[in-house]
Amino acid sequence: MTAAVWNWSEIIPALPEVFLAVSAMVLLVLGACQKNGGLKLIGTLSVAALAVAMVLTLKADWTPVTVFSGQFLSDGFSSYMKILVLGGLIATIMLSMRYLVQENMGRFEYPVLILLAGVGMMIMLSANSFLSLYVGLELQSLSLYVLAAIRRDDAKSSEAGLKYFVLGALASGMLLFGISLVYGYVGAVGFDAVADTLAAATAEGTVAPGAIIGMVFILVAIAFKVSAVPFHMWTPDVYEGAPTSVTALFAIVPKVAAIGLLMRLLFDPFVSLMPDWQQVVWFLSAASMAWGGFAGIVQGNIKRLFAYSSIGNIGFALVGIVAGTADGVAASILYMTIYMIMTAGTFGIIMMMRRNGVAVERITDLAGLSKTHPACAYAMTALMFSMSGIPPLAGFFGKLVVFQALIASGFYVLAVLGLVSSVVAAYYYLRIIKVMFFDEAEAPLDRESAPMRTLVLTLSIIFIAGFVLVPETLMHTSQEAAAVLLPAND
Amino acid sequence: MLDFPILSLLTFLPLLGAAFILTIRGEPEMVARNAKYVALYTSLFVLALAGYMLKNFDGSSGDFQFVEKVTWFPSLGISYHMGIDGISVFFVALSAFLTPICILASWDSIKKRVKEYMVAFMVLETFMIGTFCALDTVLFYIFFEAVLIPMFLIIGIWGGPRRVYAAFKFFLYTLLGSVLMLAALLALYFHAGSTDIPTLIASPVARNLQFWLFIAFFASFAVKMPMWPVHTWLPDAHVEAPTAGSVILAGVLLKMGGYGFLRFSIPMLPEAAEYFAPMIYWMSIAAIIITSLIALVQEDMKKLIAYSSVAHMGFVTLGIFTLTAQGVQGGLFQMISHGVISGALFLCVGVVYDRLHTREISRYGGIVKNMPIYATVFMLFMLGSVGLPGTSGFVGEFLVLLGAYRVDPVVAFFAATGVVLGAAYMLMLYRRVVFGPAVHQDAGEMQDLNWKELVNFVPLVALVLWLGILPGVVLDKTAASVNKLISQYEAGLVVTTPVDEPPRDAVQEPVE
Repeated sequence: MTAAVWNWSEIIPALPEVFLAVSAMVLLVLGACQKNGGLKLIGTLSVAALAVAMVLTLKADWTPVTVFSGQFLSDGFSSYMKILVLGGLIATIMLSMRYLVQENMGRFEYPVLILLAGVGMMIMLSANSFLSLYVGLELQSLSLYVLAAIRRDDAKSSEAGLKYFVLGALASGMLLFGISLVYGYVGAVGFDAVADTLAAATAEGTVAPGAIIGMVFILVAIAFKVSAVPFHMWTPDVYEGAPTSVTALFAIVPKVAAIGLLMRLLFDPFVSLMPDWQQVVWFLSAASMAWGGFAGIVQGNIKRLFAYSSIGNIGFALVGIVAGTADGVAASILYMTIYMIMTAGTFGIIMMMRRNGVAVERITDLAGLSKTHPACAYAMTALMFSMSGIPPLAGFFGKLVVFQALIASGFYVLAVLGLVSSVVAAYYYLRIIKVMFFDEAEAPLDRESAPMRTLVLTLSIIFIAGFVLVPETLMHTSQEAAAVLLPAND
Repeated sequence: MLDFPILSLLTFLPLLGAAFILTIRGEPEMVARNAKYVALYTSLFVLALAGYMLKNFDGSSGDFQFVEKVTWFPSLGISYHMGIDGISVFFVALSAFLTPICILASWDSIKKRVKEYMVAFMVLETFMIGTFCALDTVLFYIFFEAVLIPMFLIIGIWGGPRRVYAAFKFFLYTLLGSVLMLAALLALYFHAGSTDIPTLIASPVARNLQFWLFIAFFASFAVKMPMWPVHTWLPDAHVEAPTAGSVILAGVLLKMGGYGFLRFSIPMLPEAAEYFAPMIYWMSIAAIIITSLIALVQEDMKKLIAYSSVAHMGFVTLGIFTLTAQGVQGGLFQMISHGVISGALFLCVGVVYDRLHTREISRYGGIVKNMPIYATVFMLFMLGSVGLPGTSGFVGEFLVLLGAYRVDPVVAFFAATGVVLGAAYMLMLYRRVVFGPAVHQDAGEMQDLNWKELVNFVPLVALVLWLGILPGVVLDKTAASVNKLISQYEAGLVVTTPVDEPPRDAVQEPVE
């Protein structure tokens, strides 16, 4: 063996990840030394660590660079998605601190696990080979399994954790199987090599069916992670069973990372198989939009409802990927950004739902909110109208850009299907408004002040209401990120 | 031309008013009072501004006037483009005219959440005026669709017993139509590379694509109009909405459908318009006759007027799709006149509803004795709705029938039966409510119009008569634009659009 060619400068592109991983270790030790939990300290420090990682990502050089023998790639796309993920994690921790204390879940491991999940997601987004992808994905998933079951004396939480773990393990198995098929038929695990080999094979018309089957298995595994129909079964149960703060995390962050990973896979190693994967993603998208709309109608539990809402929204985000153009990817990125911010606001409200000190989660528990907590009711109304895609709120622009890209690529049927599904979904968003405004309250929800949560909620509202004034900024950034992924594709 | 952005002012002043109302704090009663006054003054100022706009509007030109254009969303090519022509100018004026009337009509009858109510109306005014001023399809869509938010809340919070059902039906029905229009707008954008309405009008669309786009637009505008058989949301919404909500719904929101036909369907998709026109004649005739017959058997005053609205809108669609200058002028005039008259009729219902809290026709009767002024006012609007010469209702119907006769006498014949039926149900309503035996004591003890109500009715009465006697004030200003529309339509037919590549359509889509 020759001595490994190790150059310390290789670590620079991965600095945010390294920093976050080290911080997680340090905080773990620090937390263990604290008496009675030390949640507040560790939580604050975690937010700080995430913020530092965000700044590091922001300040990093965004020109594409590959390090660690081609395993790790840092470019504008991964950096943008990482900033989204980090922002989402910060919002989640800020949202949940008070909830954790109230629910006697104030364990210092909680923020540390979030940090580790964050490291996993960042590695996923920067993966440039199927191996680093798998490592990142598993780091993320294992942290999330533990989080789902963190309330170990609660049957529902344990059940959620177990369900998530079993189905997630199944997905991981499929992922590995797909990777091995691709490796077997293409002979490489690095994205660049796979892309080159497949491009050459496509040009000659000699793509091995095994490689396509492998790709489909990988797609299925990612579809599990983003909970696209028909691989969504775990979502409602896990969302309902997990503690609300964990549900908020699930709804806000991992999907962004997984969608980013999906984009990377489809437009980097598998770009020459576009006609093949377009069919698969077309179906995933159509089924998710439709099922997310229809199945949400009958839900009574608000967390379960938002599980279906997230399924539907993933369908809309996939729409941009189906389009297969740089515009489509930019639209999907923008959609996920807007969705993430709306969801953060929504969960701010859901975590507020407590009556006599006990968390409640029926939709009908919101009855009469407009009388008892008018500000919250108005905020929720804006969020719900935005989620249904009613202009001039931000949610409309998300839908506008994805469907614009879709129609530009000529997928008229999917566009009409998606738009009609959005009307179906509008029903359950409206039902929440109806409950808050048109129904009378039985007993008012508790009044409490949680400044951090209020801050997240306020920022979310400012964003969705103000987006109409400056739509260009974010769109432009999304386009730049997408252009990295599809440099010469249009 | 004016040197200040009058259309933006018109559009966003109410929003400013709404923001101001939101900041009012203090004792609940004071808040309610101040909110009412702020809303009233804002809307009156907007009305004055609209009058000034109308005065400066050059009726001899068919071009867009008071144009404002600012880049807004360059990566999608969307700009903030406002402007009005003869087709939209009176809708802007109508919106500005009806809002203060609505606020006055709600002055005493709205008792709960007054502040929110006024905010909703101010926001609604912004969106209504914006819809008619927008010259960019996306901007138009934003305003068009945003109208649903305040209207949903107005029906749902301040409405009658079945308000939840009505609000949902209204919202989802119109949303379903609108999203199909959004698909069409995006397809147009993809085709012409622009979201600018004047540019889109100037760029021809392939014939086969026109048909699909027309259907998608039709889905939206026909629901909004509403045309038979997709009108069923309207009676529910009208019955459950508070009086002012009904006034705005009938007065302005329904007109957005007709406006959409004139702004999008006809100039952009002329061949499809020609192709589908006969179908629309028969749908209009079905609307006129069927809904008139339904109106005849109604026991609820608001429901009766709601069905009469559908019938009157049938005249509008008939007129518009005769695709003749008379017909289109008639359709436009009918929309404006109906906006005033039906709004006024709902106010008339509101007056007696406030006193007796029922809309059942049989609970009234013989009220001419105790409410002579009310009876007179009501009679005037009733006759206007019937289309008596000398009222504004006559002019529109007459022009529509004239246009229809030129296209197809049979169509004109069937449409004309609607005039007779219209007289039948309106006269019956009037007879049963105002004349007849005074069997109910409480109905016989109702007070006549108070001064506030009277003040509210005076401008409406004046307008109905003024437009009926001097229709030229409207027709002169719309003529140039209507002629331009017709010439655009005819030019669109002559251009033999090349059968260019079929849209990469569903055929290529994988079907799972």
